[in-house]
Amino acid sequence: MLTIRAAADAGIRRHGRDAYPHECCGALIGRAGVVTEALALPNATAEGPRRRFLVRPVDYRAAERRAAERGGELVGFYHSHPDGPARPSQVDLDHAWPAFAYVIVAVANHEPGSLTSWRMRDDRSSFDEEAVVIETADRNQPDEHDETPWPPGS
Amino acid sequence: MATRILIPTPLRGFTDKQDVVEADGQTVGELLANMTARYTGLRQHLYAADGSLRSFVNIYVNDDDIRYLDKEKTPVTADDTVSIIPSVAGGRAS
Ligand SMILES: [Zn+2]
Repeated sequence: MLTIRAAADAGIRRHGRDAYPHECCGALIGRAGVVTEALALPNATAEGPRRRFLVRPVDYRAAERRAAERGGELVGFYHSHPDGPARPSQVDLDHAWPAFAYVIVAVANHEPGSLTSWRMRDDRSSFDEEAVVIETADRNQPDEHDETPWPPGS
Repeated sequence: MATRILIPTPLRGFTDKQDVVEADGQTVGELLANMTARYTGLRQHLYAADGSLRSFVNIYVNDDDIRYLDKEKTPVTADDTVSIIPSVAGGRAS
């Protein structure tokens, strides 16, 4: 199961809508198994962003750093499937890292729809879907909100 | 002399949760071979079936990508820090 704060869920959907018809991508930063922040990252693919996404090592490193600064951990990554299903493709599987949550949001005709989460098996044979729970922050757990643009300078 | 290797989050399940491991070797290739001999679960995530490093696996010696050095023949010493840094990628079926 993957729990995502409502603000992070909204951030992923907004990014998917804004990037359409291109794929968007970003990091999932969390604490104690809860995704508290969706960190939008540039899609650096040179193979056409309508059908590919790529998070470069420099941005990966920035995401790890951000998680450490927050006292949290890197839980995984999200990306969008413009006019495609919210299921990982063979290309997603071929490039996947173990342990990470892979969140996919389907975006059809500009509108974000289903959002799913997947984890690759350690033997790389397939992904298993996990339940997603959207958590509305209560008063004891204020939303982490940060107006800092990301990436810096954008 | 052993060289430090920084392990990224998704691979720490294969290194007893350690974010830094040490291995011996005079080149990056030897270092990685010795590391994966000890932590065998790492192997399939770093190497493709033909034994080459996967395209989305980036190996840095200090701040430099080994693709722009001497690839796996890049020499290392105990003073270097080697980092395994993921690219995260995907896309729709071709
Ligand atoms: Zn995908």
